[in-house]
Amino acid sequence: MTDAVVPKISVRGLCKSFGRNRVLDGIDIDCATGESIVIIGGSGTGKSVLVKCILGLLHPEAGSIRIDGVETVGLRRAARERLMQKFGMLFQGSALFDSLRVWENVAFGLVQGRGMERQAAKKVALAKLAAVGLGPEVSELRPAELSGGMQKRVALARAIAAEPEIIFFDEPTTGLDPIMADVINDLIVKCVREVGTTAVSITHDMVSARKIADRIAMLHGGHIVWHGLTAEIDHSGDLFVDQFINGRAEGPIQMQIRAV
Amino acid sequence: MLRFLAAIGAVFLGFLAATGRLVTFAGLALATVLTPPYYFRALLRETINIGYFSLPVVGLTALFTGMVLALQSYTGFSRFSAEGAVATVVVLSMTRELGPVISALMVAGRVGAAIAAEIGTMRVTDQIDALTTLSTDPLRYLVLPRLIAGFLSLPILVLVADIIGVFGGYFVAIYRFGFNPEAYLNRTQQYLEMSDVVSGLVKAAVFGFIVALMGCYHGYYSRGGAQGVGHATTHAVVSASVMILVFDYVITAAFFGR
Repeated sequence: MTDAVVPKISVRGLCKSFGRNRVLDGIDIDCATGESIVIIGGSGTGKSVLVKCILGLLHPEAGSIRIDGVETVGLRRAARERLMQKFGMLFQGSALFDSLRVWENVAFGLVQGRGMERQAAKKVALAKLAAVGLGPEVSELRPAELSGGMQKRVALARAIAAEPEIIFFDEPTTGLDPIMADVINDLIVKCVREVGTTAVSITHDMVSARKIADRIAMLHGGHIVWHGLTAEIDHSGDLFVDQFINGRAEGPIQMQIRAV
Repeated sequence: MLRFLAAIGAVFLGFLAATGRLVTFAGLALATVLTPPYYFRALLRETINIGYFSLPVVGLTALFTGMVLALQSYTGFSRFSAEGAVATVVVLSMTRELGPVISALMVAGRVGAAIAAEIGTMRVTDQIDALTTLSTDPLRYLVLPRLIAGFLSLPILVLVADIIGVFGGYFVAIYRFGFNPEAYLNRTQQYLEMSDVVSGLVKAAVFGFIVALMGCYHGYYSRGGAQGVGHATTHAVVSASVMILVFDYVITAAFFGR
């Protein structure tokens, strides 16, 4: 087997339950090196759970997760810490550390995770902040002093600071105005295209999905119900996908609502 | 009847499971001390937070505890013409018992709650997951420095509390009841043994560890947003306070139970 055919991420038969609720029920999905894949699906369908399982933040009951062909389910702590150096993650709520200044947030993985000198890490942090359109005047502020859009950009700078091989984006444009959402989308595309990073994103935002994805997969009922190229999604022939991308209340996906 | 027994059994099993989780959590956190990296900056910050910033509240509490102790023991002992024992009662009570226990309870309220709230907020806002994705073990970075800082800071705080408490008693005895200062200090020294102070400091180290552990544990496993953080904070303070009193008995029995 050569590197060319080994997917960067390969998930097979992944199952994860919370109590009696089986959220993921035999997920199979691959992501090639340098590819940007977007996972879409309704709220509560397990998109974040899938990403957290790949990251090792949640432990699946069954299935296999391979990164560069190496099994990662059940890795011991030290091996997991080494594996984490391949990953970057942009959290939905940014998850910036309140007690640290902006540049310290961006440099955190370099200083604490990789033992880089603080001054060297600060230079990298300032460069990454510049790459997401934030000047050095922002670097000394605390996260609470920034707007939501700026926090998202700082979180993006933190995710790319160590130049990881794989970046996960959890709802990167949720809660942002359309212009700021497009700025974030552009930054994600830039990361993936220019640096060659493999990207796995979760979103409800179809504008964002169309812009950042090479391939789209739809998660529903614990399964991947459809996956294909972004250009094919409008002609998928899948009723779930059609209902979701057109935002229709009528269709096979039924929301649990009670009459008032 | 069976249902009643089952309920008792469920509570007992729940207690054992919770104890197991707590011991496992502490063990995993302490095991990180065996390998680098070490976060000395975090340790210094937590030592200042737990130790230095607790000095005013602990000092004030110790002062009034010593004063009340002198007041109470004088009014009690004067009935038997045993006022001379006031100095001994104050110094032994402070060093063996009240210094460590009162200081630890104060620190549990001030620091245990703050630790649980801070780590709990980090948990519900994904900051702990973010640490993991940044190749940083949360137990090593968040928990271990607090456990060590609690363990090291409390004995120093208690030593200060003991001194302030004894002088609180001294002031009441001298200025309110007209004791001879030299005689009072002589009496204080005469019956104080090293084991009295050491037992208090051992208690303090254990209590400091307990306060930090309960704050970290409840914060680390908090769930459900602001309400979950609130529960974590309450549980951290209540469980630390109860464990302080339980371990106070255990350590006292170990030192003086012969």
